[in-house]
Amino acid sequence: MSFFARFAQNRGALIGLIILLLIIVMAILAPLLFPESPWRMVQRPFLPPLSQEGFLLGTDTMGRNVAAGLMHGAWVSLLIGLVSTSVALLIGVPLGAIAGYYGGLVDDFLMRFTEFFQTIPNFALAIVLVAIMQPSITSIVLAIALVSWPPVARLVRAEFMSLRHREYVEAARLVGQTNSTIILRQILPNTLSPIIVLASLMVATAILLESALSFLGLGDPNVMSWGYMIGAARTVIRQAWWLSFFPGVAILLTVLALNLVGEGLDDALNPKLSRER
Amino acid sequence: MVYARLILMRLLKAVIVLLLIVIFNFFLIQMAPGDPAAILAGEAGAADQEFINQLRERFGLDQPMYVQLWRYVSGIVMLDFGYSYRLGVPVFDLIMDRLPATLLLTGTAFVLSLVLGIVAGSMAAARVKKPSGSLIMALALVFYATPLFWVALMSVLVFSVYLGWLPAYGLYTVGAGYTGFALVLDIAQHLILPATTLALFFMAIYTRMTRTSMLDAAQQDFVKTARAKGLKPSVIQRRHILRNALLPIITLAGLQAGQMVGGAILTETVFAWPGIGRLMFEALQQRDYNLLLGIFFFSAALVIVFNIFTDLVYRLADPRIKGAS
Amino acid sequence: MPVTTDSATEHSSAETVLSIRDLSVALPKGADRALAVEDVSYDVNRGEIMCVVGESGSGKSMAANTVMGLLPKGVHPVQGEVNFLGQNVITLPEKQHRALRGLKIGMIFQEPMTALNPLMRVGAQIAEVFEAHGQLTPKQRQERALELLIEVGIPQPEKAISAYPFELSGGQRQRVMIAMALALEPVLLIADEPTTALDVTTQAQILELIRDLQRRRGMAVMFITHDFGVVAEVANRVCVMRHGKIVEIGEAKDVLENPQNPYTKALIAAIPSNAVPPHRETSQVAPLLEIKQLNKVFRSRGGWFKSAREVRALDDISLTLARGETMGIVGESGSGKSTLGRCVVRLEHPDSGELLLDGVNLSQLKGDALRRERHRVQMIFQDPYASLNPRTRVGMAIAQGPMANGTPKAAALKQAGELLDLVGLGASAVERFPHEFSGGQRQRIGIARALALNPELIVADEAVSALDVSIQAQVLELLEELKQRLSLSLLFITHDLRVAAQICDRIVVMQHGRIVEQGSAEQIFLHPKEAYTQSLLDAIPGRQAPVAATA
Repeated sequence: MSFFARFAQNRGALIGLIILLLIIVMAILAPLLFPESPWRMVQRPFLPPLSQEGFLLGTDTMGRNVAAGLMHGAWVSLLIGLVSTSVALLIGVPLGAIAGYYGGLVDDFLMRFTEFFQTIPNFALAIVLVAIMQPSITSIVLAIALVSWPPVARLVRAEFMSLRHREYVEAARLVGQTNSTIILRQILPNTLSPIIVLASLMVATAILLESALSFLGLGDPNVMSWGYMIGAARTVIRQAWWLSFFPGVAILLTVLALNLVGEGLDDALNPKLSRER
Repeated sequence: MVYARLILMRLLKAVIVLLLIVIFNFFLIQMAPGDPAAILAGEAGAADQEFINQLRERFGLDQPMYVQLWRYVSGIVMLDFGYSYRLGVPVFDLIMDRLPATLLLTGTAFVLSLVLGIVAGSMAAARVKKPSGSLIMALALVFYATPLFWVALMSVLVFSVYLGWLPAYGLYTVGAGYTGFALVLDIAQHLILPATTLALFFMAIYTRMTRTSMLDAAQQDFVKTARAKGLKPSVIQRRHILRNALLPIITLAGLQAGQMVGGAILTETVFAWPGIGRLMFEALQQRDYNLLLGIFFFSAALVIVFNIFTDLVYRLADPRIKGAS
Repeated sequence: MPVTTDSATEHSSAETVLSIRDLSVALPKGADRALAVEDVSYDVNRGEIMCVVGESGSGKSMAANTVMGLLPKGVHPVQGEVNFLGQNVITLPEKQHRALRGLKIGMIFQEPMTALNPLMRVGAQIAEVFEAHGQLTPKQRQERALELLIEVGIPQPEKAISAYPFELSGGQRQRVMIAMALALEPVLLIADEPTTALDVTTQAQILELIRDLQRRRGMAVMFITHDFGVVAEVANRVCVMRHGKIVEIGEAKDVLENPQNPYTKALIAAIPSNAVPPHRETSQVAPLLEIKQLNKVFRSRGGWFKSAREVRALDDISLTLARGETMGIVGESGSGKSTLGRCVVRLEHPDSGELLLDGVNLSQLKGDALRRERHRVQMIFQDPYASLNPRTRVGMAIAQGPMANGTPKAAALKQAGELLDLVGLGASAVERFPHEFSGGQRQRIGIARALALNPELIVADEAVSALDVSIQAQVLELLEELKQRLSLSLLFITHDLRVAAQICDRIVVMQHGRIVEQGSAEQIFLHPKEAYTQSLLDAIPGRQAPVAATA
């Protein structure tokens, strides 16, 4: 069975993929459909949804178009989710690989280090880091990456530890392959499936983290994001429910879609381990 | 005896971790924008350079870095977290004042999510491939994917604004002057929305984990042995499968403690719950870095204490581990 | 121990406990065949041990699981009857079927390490059997549990009753399983490969126990195994299965001494010979490998408050292997035999001592210096499924060694093709992935990989233990042939004395990290000097039993 056929067997995963594609399309179309800055005040404030032509989702407290904010926000969410996950992988994969392959004192040290980061409450750490570094896309990406790499390191370490005594790896050592060849050619390719699955779930978590940071007012002040929209509308929830409702639905759908895709990938990449549904 | 040794060892480890966090905090404060002396001077209403220098001397800010670090660390050992720049109150007092509300909220949410999650997860595991089981898992996935702060806002909107069933803000009704049982009841009412909101996300996690773990345990050889004895399915489910499935859940609960702190910050912010999470939000808004880092340290300490607790529970639950590190 | 086959005639007239008629069991869609077993019929009588024997995939456990109602999900009977004490259990409602389990039918399984609940005390797990059938008071259940533990011969039963499974050895756990299965004095005991996971001496004890209990209680026993040695040891009657069908059934004595079906003949012939190993000329030329006072201690690292534990895996080992010689290292688990092999190929670093290969000391080499010498000693691994990288094509897996030592890729791949030819797989296998091959074929690939570097010495670590007997024989034959052709020297590590006898010139017996005895294969088999060697020989299942003469 081909990879996609196995993936598509999971109906949820297929739905997730479709939602995700729609959101990506939204992000791409944002500058075309709403070329103006989403921060521009274009109408009178507190316009309810569907009450005026061209303002499908109404306007916010400052008279900005909610639909425009939503579409531009998609871009920010996906960007931050992807970049911060990549950075987290860049930290976690090498650390986990080295710790798991070499073991011993190296492993001890690296794992204490990882545990340290895992003990610190990660959202609180992210808040502190962004607050100190000042909110910007870079600081947000860095903060999210810094709090989300430990699970990667642990996963990769566990995989390496179980694979390094696998007989084919020992055979590779016996025929004289170097450690770097063994790590890169023999072990790493066999750990990719769980890493890919974890990464897709991490993008989802990163999007949640970013929205929570922006909600608390720690978003990049130059970009419109879903979390910021909800945070700014928090105090006017009684007057204008739609201001927090729609961005929330957007976050929910994106995160849900990524989780569904992640589960589908898990089923498709690890057919033996796939859970019964 | 084994436990005493174990606790001692874990406490030692905890002290090292906390010390590292303190050092980490110190360097973060150094990185924080703005000169603390200038800020303090500004607060006092005088901004001339001489006064700033005086302040700098008084607070030791003119000392070399390692002296400052030593002072900072030894201060924290004496539970001196410095002053809140904005409120002019010791950080430690502020936190102690707010801590009970947070413990009440997170404790309730933790128990609620664990119990409901395990129940829902076991139900889903027993109903694999049935619509009811799939429904539980779909709901769990949705709760897992929903931003906590948004659930909080929406529940305010529905249960408080539209339905008017429950109070939306605060710990108790201000000015009502309730005492005794009436006060407990009032607080309980105020607790329902925030605790449920906070619990939903974690309940989703425990539900998913319980189901996976139970399905794994059901595959184990000893379950076949139990069936070969002629035991009833319900007994096998409870005594053999669930008990073994609970072990990874205890581990997970320990790992989730840090997440709980994050959740509390968001929940308390929305529901104006007077705990340290709300305090953190306030510190953030006022860029009160000393207070911010004090809360950060405290939340880490709470997580560590909770981790030690789950570790002990795990050891009680699993006879195979005896005082090993 | 001789088998009591003398009462065979008595059994045939005895009461039939279990009668299986025309049973077919379907596998789920997508399995490699439609029916797990097809048209199977046999009886199990009171007072006899019926052995169902077959290789992996023969469907030998299916009937037993049908009797128990423990078939895996998606597997279900489609035809026939399984009559237990006159009731057809296939049509029996689950609740009534459950009432039979544990009460009238007891079962023990292959893996004693995982068959007990790790979180429950042994006594509580035995008491559960009484509870399941509403018998006795809680206090009485504990008393009975203790009596049962005494009956199955657990050392220190008063302590064992409140122990957790992890505190017991594999053999002890299997005794607990037997105590549980026999708690309610069932009419039928089903034993599904109960000794396969155990060491040979433990296996002998457990077999003795089962036989003894069966005789004392007059139960019917259905004994499932893959090992004809075990069959010879315990069976009254035998049913040989292959691909889900019965190929031969009859009195144990008849089948073993005079098998009719060619497959049964082949299986019995494939059992490593129990006869005296052939005398081999060992030309004592210059030694290839000299091991001098080799030591290796494993330390479990202690925590801050925990003392470290030490296991002496190798205790002052010295031996010499001549060029062109095959030396067997034999021992039970924990004897240090694998550690010795891993030290010789330098997957482990010995603590002290010398490993002289043609005069060069390999024992203290490290890093690049070690890597450059590695090609001289190669290894064949135990698990054919774990020894090949699932993502690497077979040709590449073999070529990687020469390439790491400087051979250009094209030449290395060409050589890989030739080697695959040599081990009987054909050069076309180069392009294929490991999952396209069976276990025996993969083991051939592993041999080709070991040969690729023209090693002076090959260490084979339990190289045939994971294979079915018939495949085992083929792989051993291949090794023997290659050894002659390429004049290889072989260090053959195994737990199975029978296998060692078949291929080795000399044998070294190890226990607790020490060499107990060494000598020519003939010597070890006929005139063992040490009591431990004798006990290992005695424990070989079916050694004294009549088995069809083999070449």
